[in-house]
This record gives sequence, C-alpha cells and structure tokens, in this order.
Amino acid sequence: MNEVLIYAVGSLGAIGIVAAIILYFVAQKFKVYEDPRIDEVEEVLPSANCGGCGYAGCRAFAEGLVKAGNMEGFNCPVGGADVMQQVAGILGLVADVTEPMIAVIRCNGSFANSPKKVQYDGISTCASASVLYAGDGGCSFGCLGEGDCVAACDFDAIHMNPETGLPEVNNKCIACGACVEACPRDIIELRNVGKKERRIFVSCVNEEKGAPAKKNCAVACIGCSKCFNVCPFDAIEMKNNRAYIDYEKCKLCRKCVDVCPTNAIHEINFPVRKLIVKEEKEKAKKDTSAAEAKEAVSTKTVVSKNTNEVNKTEES
Amino acid sequence: MQTFKLGGVHPPENKLSAESVIETLAIPKQVIVPVGQQLGAPATPVVNRGDEVKVGQLIAKASGFISANIHSPVSGKVFKIDNVYDASGFRRPSIIINVEGDEWLDTIDRSDDIDAEIKLNQKEIVNKLNEMGIVGLGGATFPSYVKLMIPDGKKVDYLIINGVECEPYLTSDHRLMMEKGEEMLIGATILMKGLNTDKAMVGIENNKPDAIEHLKKLATKYKGISIHPLKVKYPQGGEKQLIKALTGREVPSGKLPLEVGCVVNNVGTAFAVYEAVQKNKPLFERVVTVTGKSIKKPSNFMVRVGTPVKDLIEAANGLPEDTGKIISGGPMMGKAVLNAGIPVVKGTSGILLMPENEAKRAEPNTCIRCGKCVSVCPMGLEPFLISKSAKLAKFDVVEKEMVMDCIECGSCSYTCPSNIPLLDYIRLGKNKVGQIIRNRNQK
Amino acid sequence: MSLLSISASPHVHGDNSVKKIMWGVVIAMVPAMLVSIYYFGLDAVRVTLIAVAASLFFEWLFQKILIKGPDTYMDGSAVITGVLLAFNVPSNLPWWIIVIGALVAIGMGKMSFGGLGKNVFNPALVGRVFLLVSFPVQMTSWPKASPITDGIADAITGPTPLGIVKEGLDAGLTIEQVMAQVPSFMQQFIGGVGGSLGEVSALALLLGGFYMLWKKIITWEIPVSILLTVLVFSGIFWLIDPTHYVNPLFHLLTGGMMLGAIFMATDMVSSPMSRNGQLVFGVGIGLITVVIRMWGAYPEGMSFAILLMNGVTPLLNNAFKPKRFGRN
Repeated sequence: MNEVLIYAVGSLGAIGIVAAIILYFVAQKFKVYEDPRIDEVEEVLPSANCGGCGYAGCRAFAEGLVKAGNMEGFNCPVGGADVMQQVAGILGLVADVTEPMIAVIRCNGSFANSPKKVQYDGISTCASASVLYAGDGGCSFGCLGEGDCVAACDFDAIHMNPETGLPEVNNKCIACGACVEACPRDIIELRNVGKKERRIFVSCVNEEKGAPAKKNCAVACIGCSKCFNVCPFDAIEMKNNRAYIDYEKCKLCRKCVDVCPTNAIHEINFPVRKLIVKEEKEKAKKDTSAAEAKEAVSTKTVVSKNTNEVNKTEES
Repeated sequence: MQTFKLGGVHPPENKLSAESVIETLAIPKQVIVPVGQQLGAPATPVVNRGDEVKVGQLIAKASGFISANIHSPVSGKVFKIDNVYDASGFRRPSIIINVEGDEWLDTIDRSDDIDAEIKLNQKEIVNKLNEMGIVGLGGATFPSYVKLMIPDGKKVDYLIINGVECEPYLTSDHRLMMEKGEEMLIGATILMKGLNTDKAMVGIENNKPDAIEHLKKLATKYKGISIHPLKVKYPQGGEKQLIKALTGREVPSGKLPLEVGCVVNNVGTAFAVYEAVQKNKPLFERVVTVTGKSIKKPSNFMVRVGTPVKDLIEAANGLPEDTGKIISGGPMMGKAVLNAGIPVVKGTSGILLMPENEAKRAEPNTCIRCGKCVSVCPMGLEPFLISKSAKLAKFDVVEKEMVMDCIECGSCSYTCPSNIPLLDYIRLGKNKVGQIIRNRNQK
Repeated sequence: MSLLSISASPHVHGDNSVKKIMWGVVIAMVPAMLVSIYYFGLDAVRVTLIAVAASLFFEWLFQKILIKGPDTYMDGSAVITGVLLAFNVPSNLPWWIIVIGALVAIGMGKMSFGGLGKNVFNPALVGRVFLLVSFPVQMTSWPKASPITDGIADAITGPTPLGIVKEGLDAGLTIEQVMAQVPSFMQQFIGGVGGSLGEVSALALLLGGFYMLWKKIITWEIPVSILLTVLVFSGIFWLIDPTHYVNPLFHLLTGGMMLGAIFMATDMVSSPMSRNGQLVFGVGIGLITVVIRMWGAYPEGMSFAILLMNGVTPLLNNAFKPKRFGRN
C-alpha cells in the first residue's frame, strides 16, 4: 500500500517538476518585452474603458502615451486633471492644463415651447426618426426626444425629462463625447464648464428664417442679431440665421441674455436675482407677439431654463 | 399565370376607386411647386417674384445630369420663391404662384385626337423628354431621358411597361389604362423608338381584367407590344420582380435592369411621353387616387402639380372624422404625411386616408423565429437577422447579409406575427451601411 | 380629431399573430387529445390538465420573478408545452412527476433562456427527457390501451410495440417471431396500442399535421424529411436482412415518430429558419432516431434525436442561407 502511494506521488511530482521547468524556459523564450511604465500608467487610469480619450480602452491609452513620449493630445476626461498630473509624474513630463468640459443640450423645444403637432408611432431611436420626419413639434432641427443620447452615455450623466421631452445633463458628465456622436441633429456640444461652473450658450440650432422658426417653437433663435450687436467681446457669430457664442471668448457679462427677444440664450448657475429683473424687462418691452404669448413665454422660459441643467447647489 | 417565384405577400386589394372615372379637379387659387420633385438635383428657378407665367411655361431648369425641368401647371403671377413644408415636415424651396385664369402656351396642342404618327427620331425623342421634364411616375421620379441614354455596348431587348399597380388602394394606373389606353400604347411605341428596340411587354395584374381586355384589343394596332396578365402578388410591380416574371431574367445585385437588356417604365410615364412628344405638352398634371375605407367618395382626379392635398380631399367629400394617418402613395411603401397643406408633386400617385384603428401600430412582441419574414422576402434576404443586427449596431453583419439589395417593399414587417417593425431597423442598417460604403470608397 | 400619427412604411399589417399561431397548434392537437381520452379514459384528462395547469403556473411565476416582464402566459405557448408534455408521458404517471416535468420544461427549457423565442431546445422534450432519466420506472410502464366503451380498464401495464421488438431482438428472436407479438399496422395507425398519451394514433396526429400545413403554421420540409429519412434508412437495412431488421413502416408508426415529426421537431423557435436548413435538420433527426432504435440502449430515440439536432440548429442557420435574388 505504501509502495503504491510513494510511486504515485513520486511519479506525479516528477512530472510536475519537469513540466514547471519546461514552462519556465518557454515563458522566458517567448516573453514580450513591454515597457514597465505602461503598467504603471495603466494603474493610475480609472479603468472605465470608455473611449473618451479616443483610444480603445485604458491600456491602449497607456501604450500610446508611453510610445509617444509627450503629453500632447492625450487627455483622460474621466480622470481629469488629477490623473493626468499623476501620469505626468510617472513619465517625467509636464501635463497640459485642460479646461474641464461638459455636454450642453442646445435645444429648448420642450412640449410647452414647441407643442406636438403629430404623433410619432415609429421605433424609439432618434437615428430613425431624424430620417423619417422633421419632428413632432414641426422644427426640423430640434430634439426628437427618442433618447439616443441617453442610451449612448456610460456615466449616467444624461436623462430624458418626461415632462419636457428634452434630455438633461447632470454633473456626472465627463465630456467623453458619446452623446455628441449619437445625436443625429448635432444638438449636443461639448463646451467648457466655465468659471464657478457658469456658462452661457444659445439654446437653439435652428437654421430657418425667423418667422417659420418662431411659428414652430416659442423660444427659437430668430437670427435677429441683437445679441451679436450688443456683445462687447466679439464672442457671438451669426451664421445660417442663428447665433453662436464662442465659449473661449465669452466673458459671461450676460448682455446678450438680456436682449434676446425669444429667451433663446441660456445662462447657467448665475444668481437668481437677475432673472426677476429679466422678467420685469420682458413685461415692459414692446413685443410683436400677443400679450398672452409673451406671458406664457416668460414664465415658461424661466421654468424651462432652470430645468435644462442641474444647478451646482442641487444634489446630483 | 406568370409571376415572380421568390417571396411576396397578399395584402387585401381594397381597390375602392377602380370604377371611378378620372375627374378633372378644379384649379386651386394658389399652387406651390417644389423645385425638388425628381430624384437627383433640385431644379433652379428661372422666374422671379412678380413674373407672369402661362400653363406649360418653364419655371425651373434642370441643374445637372440627373435632374429635370419644371413647368408651370397654371397661369398667373409668381407670388414668391420660398421654403415650404414637404410631406415629412422639412422645408424645401418652392415656387408659389397665384392663379389667374387658365391660359396655356400656344405651342401646346390641346386637342384630344389621337396622333399615332411619330415624327421625331431617336435623339430628338431623348431631348424632348428632357425638355418636357418627364420623370418616372411610378413613384421614384427618375428623369426619364436618362433611362433612354443607352451606353455603348448595351442593348435593350425589351421595353417593359409597368401596369401592375400592386399597391392596395391605388387605381390611377388602372383608370389611365382604361381611359387613355391608346395614347399610352403610342407612348410605349415612342419609348421603343427612343430605346432602339422593337419589343415591348405590358405587365398588368390579374385584378384588372377590364384593362387587360381593353389593352389587348388596342395592342393589335401597335407592332411589337404584347399584353401580359400577371398573378396578383405584392410586390409584383417592383422593377426586378416584374422583369423576372415577364422575361425570366434576374437583374444582378447592384446593377441596373439594362444589364439584362430591359428598361422598365410606368404606364403613367408612357402617357406623359405621348403628350410630350405628340402634343408638345410638358409634365405638369397627373392622375391621383384619393381613397380610404372611411372616405365618402373614393375617386381618381387629374390634378395639376402644386395643388394642395386638402383640395383633393375636399373634392372627395371631405376628411373623415376618424382619420388617423394621411399617406401619400400606397399603404405598403407610401409616406405618412404631417398635414394636408402639402402640394401634389410629380411623384404623388395617391392619397390614402387611413382610419385611426388601422393606423395605430400594434405593440411589438418577441421574435418567435417562425421564419415567415424569410419566406416572404422577394430578394431572398433574412429580415430577422438584418433587423436584429442593425438594432445591436453590428453593421458588419448587416452588410454581409446584403442589406443593400433590400427594395424596402415592407413584406417582412407586413407578415411578422410578432408585429416587429423589421423594415424600420433594416432601413436604419441600410442607411448606416450606405454611409460606411461611401466613406470606404472615398478613401 | 386627435393628432395624425406618423411612422415609416408599411402602414398596414397582415393578420398573422403569435396568438393565432399558438392556438392553431392547440387546435391541431385536439384529435390526438380526443383519441387519448378514448383509449386511456379519465387518466388522460387528468394528466393533460395537470400538465397544462402546471405549465401555465410556472410560466407566470418565472415571468414574474426571473424575467420580470409583462405576463405572457396568455399567448398560448405554455399551453402547447403542457399538452405536448402530457402527450409524451404514460397516462398512469403520478401527479407530482408531471409537475416536476412542467417545472423543468418551462423553467429550465424555456424561461432560463429568456422566455418565448429564445430557447435553444424544445421545452417539452427537455422536460420529457429529464423525467425519463430521473424516473425511468414510472416513465416506462404504460397502461394497456382499451377503449372507454369497454368499461374502466384494469390497471394492467405492458410494454409498447417498440419495447417488445427491442427486447425480442436482444433475446435472439427473429423478426417474424417478434412481430407476431405486436399489434397490426392498421391498429398502430388508428390507435389502441400501448404508449404515451399522444403517441398512439398516427391518424389523429396526421390530421393535426394537415391542419397546421393548411393554416401555414408549419412547412412540409421538416416532417417529410424526417419520415422519408427514416423510411429510406431503415428500409435499406430491412431489405438487406429482413430477419433482423424491422419493416420501415413499423418505424414510422410506432413510438414518438409521428408525434415528434409533426409537433415536436417543427417547433419554430428551435428549428432552422431556412428551407434547406430544415431539410438537413429533418434528415439528421431521422438518422439519429433510427440509429438509437436499432443499436442504442433505448427502444425509442426520437426525443434524443430532436434535442441533439436542436443544438445543431444555430450552425444550420449559418450554413444554409436562402436563395438570394440576383446573386447567382
């Protein structure tokens, strides 16, 4: 009995040792040399593998970075400046200081502002709806509300608001750009978060002339150029019947917000007091539209402006 | 009875207006003429605000090889040239004319006598069709003169005239064959001359026995034209299916019918060719069917292009209360329209008013892998696989499954027991794969 | 008037629906159900009702707690699984075994894959094979089939014709001697032979099959290819050595052959999508069944053959694509 045991253990043990030795030498022979810094860099990356940096995953980003030898064009939006500093430390380089960005929804064509004129009965994807028809509010540039942007987000940062029919971005957004890609109407744009998280943008991408644009949506940009005329920093560009605010040049003075006749320009995270003054100005202003519509626009717009993006003070 | 073998479905025919004689619709007070009524480039306006125009006058010129001239359907004054909503809600450049009287250009022969003598030669016919803005009236609106330009080395064995009208509800082609049959056959003869061929086959579905009879009698006078009754099956009127049914030849994937020696034209196009060549009349009016289960008077109207659709509905005794969808075209391949203010264009074959209970799509269920979609696809594709792959964004699989062969006939969605909107996803896949292929070819 | 709706074409839909298909299959199974009640009396009713009720219950339960979707038990597919499970078991099976069978069939064979349309294997067969392997004694003692008009039957059990032939051949008897012990072909065709509930009458099953073909619920490829393959394959052996191999007609009429070919193998979810794939599927089932019957340990091979070919179905789907238009 003991003999059998000894023979069994001995022979199996011998086979095991021989196999281990063979494997060790084979592993050494076929070893691929990899710069050990790639592992170190990968270690500090967030492992989200989201592709926001433009590379196929965190490992690929680390490989590209080590191979390039410099930090130009490399930015991990999820990790942000902290992670890029750490990576710079490992590689002995200097990190670029990049401005944090956030996705911005440039449409305010909610159910209230752009009432439904037809009932959509097709599949729930914007890609299909955008080819099929203009949109249930009538504006052929506005948000279709089927949520391709929501589906594209890996960070739980964008959600559809069922009351307005528009998507809303919260501060989990790390500006990876997936929603920008997904939107077939190019409504979403990555803009800088801004000092104290304040930013101003034109919430309309409509390229129609003023009259038909306004007919479909009460808060459309009608291309009147009032904002362009009043901007002291030359930050506004008029193109294709609409205004565009360059976020690099904008100094957040808010003069454009005050003069916009349709409230198409939105200011985010500014103190509330300014809005009440705005409301009074609205009432005093002579408008071509009927008194009721004006009232509806000013109250509705105050509501919709604040619901478009979550304020800093609110819980995320 | 001849038909195509692969796939096909049998939707209920509902040819409610088959007996309604064509009525000429009253000219509206204002017409909206879009400049992009054809496949290819939109035409360029050659009139300005305030210009006086007569019926048949050129108001927009073809702006490229694949484009067509547009002629005024009314006489009056150009009100403005502006963007106007089309069927899908997009704004397209159009010429808006306020109507005054009904004065035609005196170069147009307005008589009704049938003129069978073809005085133009082949080249002149091609130029005439281009000049008169003739496009395919089967729905695709492809400029007809381009179809007649046969490249060297290719020969046309058969001209095929499509009198099939396989879409349910539509009867404009049927009535045209009954009432303008001889003119249409002369148009076919002109096309034969233009294509340099001596054989033409007219395909007509078996649910139009009166048209078959009538044309068979007339065709004895015209050399080379034979009338062929076909079994009723959708999509018998699809170009490739029609060629297969009549000649047994299969158009290879990605190629035109010319590859197998055939050119297909709709009966409406043949009639327009007759009017263009023999009467010097450009294309500015066509037969449009107004139909639907709730409509009081399903009718066929001869309508000037640019007439708002609501005028046609009024003439058919008004919009039914329970209308859920307004469809331009037939129920299988037509386009749902956002409102009735849009104008009739060269490609409008019918207006279908669908009641709400039929218009609402049922809730889709899970795929039970019954394979019915595969058995009805006339192109031999696997709709369930293409649809699922497109939904999951696996566009390499979608391309491998030959989605570019899909003719978007809708048989798959029609037959699916689980009400899955197969064609919606297939179209998504087709658009994306088309983009991918274009990007690949550009590199 | 409410808003107009807009969608892409087509704007009409045919009258196909899942409910129509499922209930059509149930109607096709009615002749066989009636025959089973005629020959096995109230026991047949008992087994069928328990199987159907248990299947419906488990479908509702798993849909609620596992898949968490809307209720699906009303679409008729659970009823079909229940009836088919009942058809595959003897009429004297204890109720708790039937319930276990339904649990395995619905829970493991269908819901664990995700529900209707997602299962790889035929759920009723998964249940049946599980029961066969776990409760071999109860699953292989069939009561003698006697018409209820003869009065309530005594609890006499006996082997099926297939069982008789297998044992006889193993014991060294010749075909002639063995065939003398089994019912005639005509009886096998009409019914009245021992077996599971649904197996007994080829005629009733064929009636159901023709009904389904007429209503376009199944296509002819699978049943015909199975039966033809069995005929040809077993026929070759019978012609070579009629003393040791049984008449091919016997193979066609006994056991689960008709039931399997018409109702089980044609289950849409687990069978191939293209016509050519279906033909190969049928040939495979026929071959495997005959091999098991002739040389395997079990007298009946149909269930195993169908389950094996169900596993091959995805490969068949990849290999056999429909004939494309304009690409040859």
